[in-house]
Amino acid sequence: MSTELAQIEQQIAEMKAQLEALQKKSPSNKLSMVVFSGDLDRALAAFIIATGAVAMGMEVVMFFTFWATPILRDPKKKVDDKDLMGKMFGTMLPKGACSVKLSKMNMGGMGTAMMKNLMKQKNVASLDQMIELAGELGVQIYVCELSMDLMGFKREEMIDYPSMDFCGVAKFLEEAMDSRVQLFI
Amino acid sequence: MSNAIQADKVMDLKGLPCPMPVVKVSKGIKEVEVGQILEAQTTDPGSLTDFPAWARTSGNEIVDTIQENGVIRIFIKRNV
Repeated sequence: MSTELAQIEQQIAEMKAQLEALQKKSPSNKLSMVVFSGDLDRALAAFIIATGAVAMGMEVVMFFTFWATPILRDPKKKVDDKDLMGKMFGTMLPKGACSVKLSKMNMGGMGTAMMKNLMKQKNVASLDQMIELAGELGVQIYVCELSMDLMGFKREEMIDYPSMDFCGVAKFLEEAMDSRVQLFI
Repeated sequence: MSNAIQADKVMDLKGLPCPMPVVKVSKGIKEVEVGQILEAQTTDPGSLTDFPAWARTSGNEIVDTIQENGVIRIFIKRNV
């Protein structure tokens, strides 16, 4: 009788260990997103999906890399100690969410201005407001350190976002492996 | 109008486009007790598919949907 009991206990212990291993393997209710594009339309889509995902009960992590990096610059902040290339990129790339352009029909800025007007008319939140909302909802933002370095951006010129950190590809992959949904925008 | 379910809280989301109705309701549902009814009033036709999708994933329940004069009234029972 006691040997039977011991056997059952052992089986339960084994099952518990297997269950724990399975739990570790199964991804969390999380959305990991790479935001690569610096276009207004794509960035807007990224933030609509991100805030919607929080509403659906998901944890959301966004990785900003390459052309998307300047979206997170703060136009009010100035950094002086930049080298020539850094200054050039700093001038040529958009300074924050307010100055990014549409991927199509920009028409020298006219198309973007028209779209922004239309969005206001239709009560659609601006990219600026969407970033603020994402912050309030607890969306985690990581910025690619390599892009920052390449384009000569300094941490001091980025927006004041509640949970923003800087990282490399391993951090993205760790999060992506633990996410049910992954997107590249 | 008269035979509508009595809501414990009403949220006016009229004029708000995607993703705001769902974002606001996911916050608003926490302001009613479990078992109580939240009524969301929206003018976004996308809400008709979005709210059921949100309810299924969040574990809440749409108990009724009424469309009148361009306003969609969605009654949500808080289950979790």
